[in-house]
Amino acid sequence: MLVKIDHLEKSYGSGEDRQPVLRGISLEIDRGESLAITGESGSGKSTLLHMIGLLDAPDAGTIQIDGERVSDLDDKGRAARRRSQIGLVFQQFNLVPSLTVRQNIALQARLAKRLDPNWIDMLTERLGLTAFSDRFPEQLSGGQQQRVAVARALATRPALLLADEPTGNLDEETSAQVLALMLELCADAETALIMVTHSIAAAELLSRRVHLTGGRLS
Amino acid sequence: MLTRIILAGLLLVTVAAPSLAQGFAGLGTRSEGFAVPVEGTEFTFPADHGAHPEYRIEWWYLTAVLQAEDGTPYGAQWTLFRSALEPEAGEGWSAPQLWMGHAAVTTPSDHFHAERLARGGVGVAGANAQPFEAFIDEWSMASATDRLSAGEDALSALDLTARGPDFAYQLSLDATGPLVFHGNDGFSVKSAEGQASYYYSQPFYEVGGTLDLPEGAVAVTGQAWLDREYSSQPLSENQLGWDWVSFHLDTGEKMMGFQLRQTDGSVYTSGSWISADGELTAIADGELTMTALETALVRGRDVPVRWRVELPTRDLDVEIEAINAQSWMPTLFSYWEGPVTISGSHSGRGYLEMTGYEPEGE
Amino acid sequence: MSLTVLLTLLSHWRRKPGQLATLLIGLSLATALWTSVQAINAEARASYDRASATLGGGALIVLTDETGAIPIENWTRLRRDGWAASPVIDGSLEVGEQVFTLRGVEPLSAAGPQTPLGGDGPGAAFLTAPGVLLAAPETAEFLSNSSLDLPPVQASANVSRTEIITDIGVAARLLDRGDFIDIITIDPEARPGLTPLSELVPELLQSSGTGNGEVEQLTGSFHLNLTAFGFLSFAVGLFIVYAAVGLSFEQRRASLRTVRALGAPVSSVIIALLAEVIALALIAGAAGIVLGYGVASALLPDVAATLRGLYGAPVSGELAIRPEWWVSGFAIATLGALGATAQSVFKAARLPLLASAQPRAWAMASSRRYVLQAGAAALLFLAAAIIPNVSSGIVAGFALMAAILFGSALLLPPALALALKLGQIATRGPVAEWFMADTRQQLPGLSMALMALMLALAANIGVGTMVSSFRLTFEGWLDQRLASELYVTTRDEAQSLDVRAFLEARSDAVLPIWSADTEIESQPGEVFGIVDHATYRDHWPLLVAQAEAWDAVASGEGLLLNEQTWRRLDIPMGTPISVGAGDSLNLVGVYTDYGNPSAQAIIGLDALTRRFGDGVSRLRYGVRVDPAEAAALTEALQQNFDLPANGVVDQASVKAFSLSVFERTFAVTAALNVLTLSVAAFAMFASLTTLASMRLPQLAPIWALGLTRSRLARLELVRAIVLSLLTWLVALPTGLILAWALLAVVNVEAFGWQLPMHLFPGDWLRLAVMAALAAVVAAALPARALATRSPRAFLQTFAQER
Repeated sequence: MLVKIDHLEKSYGSGEDRQPVLRGISLEIDRGESLAITGESGSGKSTLLHMIGLLDAPDAGTIQIDGERVSDLDDKGRAARRRSQIGLVFQQFNLVPSLTVRQNIALQARLAKRLDPNWIDMLTERLGLTAFSDRFPEQLSGGQQQRVAVARALATRPALLLADEPTGNLDEETSAQVLALMLELCADAETALIMVTHSIAAAELLSRRVHLTGGRLS
Repeated sequence: MLTRIILAGLLLVTVAAPSLAQGFAGLGTRSEGFAVPVEGTEFTFPADHGAHPEYRIEWWYLTAVLQAEDGTPYGAQWTLFRSALEPEAGEGWSAPQLWMGHAAVTTPSDHFHAERLARGGVGVAGANAQPFEAFIDEWSMASATDRLSAGEDALSALDLTARGPDFAYQLSLDATGPLVFHGNDGFSVKSAEGQASYYYSQPFYEVGGTLDLPEGAVAVTGQAWLDREYSSQPLSENQLGWDWVSFHLDTGEKMMGFQLRQTDGSVYTSGSWISADGELTAIADGELTMTALETALVRGRDVPVRWRVELPTRDLDVEIEAINAQSWMPTLFSYWEGPVTISGSHSGRGYLEMTGYEPEGE
Repeated sequence: MSLTVLLTLLSHWRRKPGQLATLLIGLSLATALWTSVQAINAEARASYDRASATLGGGALIVLTDETGAIPIENWTRLRRDGWAASPVIDGSLEVGEQVFTLRGVEPLSAAGPQTPLGGDGPGAAFLTAPGVLLAAPETAEFLSNSSLDLPPVQASANVSRTEIITDIGVAARLLDRGDFIDIITIDPEARPGLTPLSELVPELLQSSGTGNGEVEQLTGSFHLNLTAFGFLSFAVGLFIVYAAVGLSFEQRRASLRTVRALGAPVSSVIIALLAEVIALALIAGAAGIVLGYGVASALLPDVAATLRGLYGAPVSGELAIRPEWWVSGFAIATLGALGATAQSVFKAARLPLLASAQPRAWAMASSRRYVLQAGAAALLFLAAAIIPNVSSGIVAGFALMAAILFGSALLLPPALALALKLGQIATRGPVAEWFMADTRQQLPGLSMALMALMLALAANIGVGTMVSSFRLTFEGWLDQRLASELYVTTRDEAQSLDVRAFLEARSDAVLPIWSADTEIESQPGEVFGIVDHATYRDHWPLLVAQAEAWDAVASGEGLLLNEQTWRRLDIPMGTPISVGAGDSLNLVGVYTDYGNPSAQAIIGLDALTRRFGDGVSRLRYGVRVDPAEAAALTEALQQNFDLPANGVVDQASVKAFSLSVFERTFAVTAALNVLTLSVAAFAMFASLTTLASMRLPQLAPIWALGLTRSRLARLELVRAIVLSLLTWLVALPTGLILAWALLAVVNVEAFGWQLPMHLFPGDWLRLAVMAALAAVVAAALPARALATRSPRAFLQTFAQER
């Protein structure tokens, strides 16, 4: 058991504007498993992903990663788990524009002090980025940028890769390529993958799928 | 007495470089253009009591052995040196004359001193013959004309004042004997090479007056000795230093004597024996012996402060001892100058002056 | 970890070298201006210390004579009484085009360790003919190349550049002083004298003061002004830095968020931000200090000439590198940069991880922000209004100036926004309307640069007004003091009578300048008597006066008082003033009397002689004569009478000299003004360049609607000019209030007299033109880039819009 989520609740706003987003979510993900979370816009799927990615803290309920209860950690503790155990891939790629491809890929590994040049070289090659490694993000196409983001997220060999609509900004053909590579590399690194997507086609490539409606799993 | 040649000459050194490390040779050898003493020259008084700018160096040097009513011994010194930078005469600011004054009071426990520097030509320092006054700033050695009878020598009655940061004195001096002339009627040879000076003294002063000391004013009486000397020729270069004494003996006799310590280890001695009525006999080289008996540590140097002085031709064999071993003059050119007591074959009081005792390691 | 974050932060500059340059240049310019002013001040102070050291240092009593010359016997008398007195001869030695102060000292009596005979000094040669001249190395070289028959010159690092030191005998010969000296200094500590000075030398004036205190007091005003200028320049520079730091933070906001999401803790981010800013501050600080050194050494000769000419304060024209301004330069650069970064650090600490990742134009306009700024400005103005009432002193004066400046700076963006909104309402036509709205939208991006421009302009107006007012007033004062063509000082009363008779036959008027020492309203002071003559009525500026004031003085009933005394007494016109023992005279006017700490009054000549009889010093005259004949008369005087040194002073040359000194002061002020304005123009250029790249999407629709690129570019230029002129409008009152604060508050606090404020509208207009020019220069490159930009770039903005 890699991730164990128990009765997770989260609301945004306060007073009368208070909007419950997650209403008691329980979920378990095994090591190496891949899980798709689907749902309408506003169903709470991104919020759930942010909770698991330790970018935000829940109001109630618990999250355990690798047996450690991480939902109560302070900001510093969450940052430490984030950089060492979790990889993140966003819809907007979120590369640092002033760093080269190579530097972007190594960024998180450096922060986590887990730089393995051989592994990074392998990732770069597998993702077809070797020729671009000295370029800056703005000189790349969207698909290439997202592949850099995937490489960066996997550079620390995290136990868990979280992807939020990773193909949302890409065309169909590119989406399929990026997705396939991501799954393949996760399998090699024995990394569990949780991906939020609104695309059924994408979701079907993963081993398991849950659907979120109005803050509840169905 | 040679100290004085050095001191006057050192005015030059002082101006040329405050560092005195080069020692006594700093006097230089230059006498070109200046007048040179000539044997057989008659003195003319009162004119010769005043300054002789045509000679390179000159001084008015007075030492007094004093005591308070309670018997406490004191010593006082008043000195004015003149040094010409150039033989050419000049007026006002251009007068090439430098003046230096030293004054001191010695007590058994303290030694107070002061030093003044001034240029000539502008009335701040000088020596006038008529009426006689030697002065620098407010220090003055002046003829007390009200105490002089007609025809008497101008130096026979003097008023003397000097002041330092922590002392002052006002003394009246009245001579009970005549002026005496050293060497050959005042022509005093200073070395085998023939260097000489004009040199006369008034050793017969009876003194009264007041010393102003930090603990208060002290009324004193005693005896004093005035030296007048002028010359243009400096010392030989082979002299390390000297030890000089002046004695006021209880018999009424006076003695002046010195030894020059030379680089080859030998000494040259000379002096004058003055009878109570003022008759002077020169003391030849070798006649006088001075032996150091005891030294004291004075400002980092060993200085003899007890001496045996022997003059067999006068049956004199005495020990002299400093009243205050620390009678050091830390002036631009520093030396030891202080009162001594005399005991042995003769008794009395006197002054001792010593130069050339350098600190260890120099 | 912090290192990784720092390297990520720094990688931004590689992609945006222009921004890095802006930041570094802004910070180094600010540091440079600050450092140069500090360096000049430090050098001047060191020069005063050196000068006072050559006089003996410490608290000396200085004796002078009102005729300007002291017979040497006075000094001798003091020495013979036991005073540690030393004579000095001070005069001007003209060598070729240059004038040096020749100072003759008497080394044997001079107090203090700094006599020329010590150390590696010239020794006995100093005292023996032909003597030695000691001069700064530069001066020494100049002198030895001159054709004059001068004594040998020896270079000495202890002598200031405008000074030559020599033995008093040599000085007396070169200046032909005979048996007279100029100054006697006394070290009262060295030897307490026995007889009081007032008995020994009753005719000499005693300025018991600290040796250099007087010079410092007189030059204090000048240094205060320089410091104020340095402070303003630095504030201008700081705005640039603040803008650049803020911009760079906004541009890196997304990257910072990414780094945080990837697991960097807040502490690492803050450490990295601080390390970055300190590194930049050190680099920029070093560059700024070097630059400041250059500026200072370029300006110092003029400053030195000003100080020397105005106050007689000897200042070397050469700049030494002093550790104090290195330290102050680095400190100010680091503190300034840290201050400018504080907001970014604060934002970084609270940076939400999950906010929209969209890049945001930094500091979006909002009316709420304007209201806040206007409110803060109002608070600062309120503080400015209160400060003079609750506190006094120079610090309060500076606090007042700071409050006014920053208040106005804060008020600028809301005021501009309001003006543009009004303009929008008032204009017709779509392009004009769009222009106003678009300009208003750009305000936030430009406001920092505009604030810097505002400060520069205000400083320019403020300091310019102050210096010009000072100049006008000082010229008036010179006229008052130097209305006559010639001034004659005689040796004694007998000569005085002869000279007067001689002059009356050969001039238009002989105006006695007779005076008596007395008490004015129980304060020790001096009373002058004057004859009724048009010279006074036409030339003497009175600060306050009753009608017919001169008639009242002439009739012996009225009295004029100097400003300092009037301010101390705080009395209205018409008040009876007691002068010595006689009847009181009515106060009918007040005149300026700069630099004189004692009480002084002017009454009719007859009234003076009646009251004081023999107590009147009757030695001086002003002579009115056809200026063309002044030289001949001077020569005749000198041939017929044995007048003291400086016995005849000719007004024209003194005035010309004083005015040339002012020209130099102006050169310094003008140079600092231009530098400050350039800094502001650079700030504007940097902001416009940055905005230009961000603004393409906003301009593209207008271009698509049919405005040509060149028209758009022209509009950009117009926008810059409009904004800078609006800024100038705000700067004008700010600058005038600043000038008022300097003249009426700071000066009075510091020196006890007020300088009247004069207005120079011509200067303001010139400044407006300069502001517009600065705007054009700043906007030219971005506008040119816009005009020549390919249509494809415009089209792409539509495609790229997210």
